[in-house]
Amino acid sequence: MKPKLELLDRALLDRILREAFTLLMEPGVKVGDPEAARLLLRAGARVEDGVAHIPELLARRALESAPREFFLYDRAGHKAVHYGGDDVHFDPGSSCLKILDADTLRPRLAQTADLVALIQVTEMLPQYAAQSTALVCSDVPSEIGDFYRLFLVLWHSSKPIVTGAFSGPTLQAMIDLLIADSGSSAALKEKPRAVFDVCPSPPLNWTDFAAYNLVTLARAGVPAELISMPLAGATGPVTLAGSVVQHAAESISGLTIHQLAEPGAPIVWGGAPAIFDMSSGGAPMGAIETAMLDLACAQVGKYFGLPTHAYLVASDSKLVDPQAAMESSMSAVLGALAGINMISGAGMLDSLACHSLEKLVIDAEAIASAQRLARGIEARTETLALGMFSQTGLHGDFLKLKETRALFRCEQHFPSTIIDRISRGENDDEALHDTFSRARQRVRELRSSYSPAVLSAETRTRLLGIAARETSLVGLAGLPGIEQTAPLLGI
Amino acid sequence: MPESILEAMRQSIIDGAPESALALAQTALTNSLDLLDAINHGFVPGMHQVGEQFAQHTMFLPDMMASAEAMRAAMQVLEPELKKQGAERAVAGTVVLGTTQGDIHEIGKTLVGTLLTAHGFKVYDLGVDVPSDKFATTALEVGADIVGVSALLTTTMRGQRNVIAALERQGLRPRVKIVVGGAPVTRRWAEEIGADGYGKDAAAAVTLMKSLMRTRELLPADARAD
Repeated sequence: MKPKLELLDRALLDRILREAFTLLMEPGVKVGDPEAARLLLRAGARVEDGVAHIPELLARRALESAPREFFLYDRAGHKAVHYGGDDVHFDPGSSCLKILDADTLRPRLAQTADLVALIQVTEMLPQYAAQSTALVCSDVPSEIGDFYRLFLVLWHSSKPIVTGAFSGPTLQAMIDLLIADSGSSAALKEKPRAVFDVCPSPPLNWTDFAAYNLVTLARAGVPAELISMPLAGATGPVTLAGSVVQHAAESISGLTIHQLAEPGAPIVWGGAPAIFDMSSGGAPMGAIETAMLDLACAQVGKYFGLPTHAYLVASDSKLVDPQAAMESSMSAVLGALAGINMISGAGMLDSLACHSLEKLVIDAEAIASAQRLARGIEARTETLALGMFSQTGLHGDFLKLKETRALFRCEQHFPSTIIDRISRGENDDEALHDTFSRARQRVRELRSSYSPAVLSAETRTRLLGIAARETSLVGLAGLPGIEQTAPLLGI
Repeated sequence: MPESILEAMRQSIIDGAPESALALAQTALTNSLDLLDAINHGFVPGMHQVGEQFAQHTMFLPDMMASAEAMRAAMQVLEPELKKQGAERAVAGTVVLGTTQGDIHEIGKTLVGTLLTAHGFKVYDLGVDVPSDKFATTALEVGADIVGVSALLTTTMRGQRNVIAALERQGLRPRVKIVVGGAPVTRRWAEEIGADGYGKDAAAAVTLMKSLMRTRELLPADARAD
């Protein structure tokens, strides 16, 4: 059996759903985008003063039409992420403005070079099934900050991508980029490479842009990931169960808009809920209650049979220290045991305000351990031990057995050099390298072993063409983070 | 010797396939191929590769054990025949290995032996639970350059001191070097009991013994065992 963690019993789950469907009618949900409002109105919702009152039947029809699973594909066209069932994948946290400088241990504004480094490290770590558009680069005009980070990830990576848009015009430009990468809009629909996070504003508000985002993505056939994020005690009910109700109502209403725009379009029941810290006024992403919220929200999505997402493996610490390791490891384990399809947040510090390459490689070790745990204990041999004892007797020489050699690789996870299991031995006086030092070394090694993504000449030309178009609109000279731009552009 | 056979020999060790290694050794024998060539350019380089991959964490202890079994299978065929031909391969050094009296753990010691063999050493493995005097008498009989004493337990580790005393009683010190190893053993312990060196793992033990052999070659002739 695979271990499975659920926090809600059926009775509580039923109460959550009853109240969530009730909220959809009263007080209803704010819907800013006129097209989304029109879709709801036409389908039978009451829309008054920008607030949609959505009947349960309408919402349930939408929940029925949403696909139970879909895949994200890598550049070679292979299935690389399975959104569905209890499959678990991880990707780095996204949209961070700062990065921790490993030399000074202080955060600084991220630049394109930092994002390229992060993409390279993520590309080399199998624990990350997908890239994210992890950093917003300060050396790129903010008007195209979302677009440009996707451009860099497409350029440097072959993995699927978790991304998101900051505005309507750039959303379209980002979809154009993905079409250019896939070759055509039909190819993109058939084998999507990216999923877009779409965030309602708590409580119960699908803003003009967020609702437009849902409609546009659904019609383009690009998967959307609902990121409802109630702050329990501030922008959501203080009780965990109450905030799960709000999360469900926000997610169901978003999903309804999305499915009305294009029934059957791929969508993920995701989220980034957190508790509100009553002392600091912050949103502690490393708090155990935040992880509990994530798990409970995902359980509701699983009840509907939908693909799921959560924001875990992040820490509130400002340094890559024991607090960061403790918070991130715990939530990696919890998320894996809950069978959440995509878990974002690795690498992030300071309540999502700062990224760290060193934390990203350390988190990868926690993720690998969590993935091992989630695989559970299996009976791999005809007899569990008798057959092996019949060979060794009381001599106990199991290391020489064929079974040992045949099975140890699937029984044991082998960590990288981040994890030090070697006995100190005689070197009591020798200064040792701590985890952070080893992580710095591992980052260097991963980056030096990175091979650039193989893009066809046509793909490069198409991507560069769109990048040139968008950057010229904001007066950005050159394409930071991209080499050999001029010859390829023919300029 | 055709390169394809040498390559198959290397691969049989890397794969940890004793049956293949044995069959290839017999092929060398029945076809009157150069047996030293088979060892030095076939099986031994395979073991070197295994050692390298072990150090790089791409192969692990069970792989190493399987490779050791394959190596042993090949050598059991080749060595008696080489002896008959009077063409024993050049020996990097002669080592007597064993685990101290009262200690029945042999994995680490066996690994050291396998790696030493791969690096051209002649190894006399006395096994586990070896009385101290047995180390000394064997060292004398075979003209050992080095005695390697393993112990896994803190209780049996003290037996390493007894082995040194036994060698001293036989008058074999300092011409026979003594290397100690095992989980509880430290460099400090090695110094305390008057050993010549300590290897923290199998690979380190081989490096150490090679280095001791170089030092030993500089000793005056009358201080050398042979």
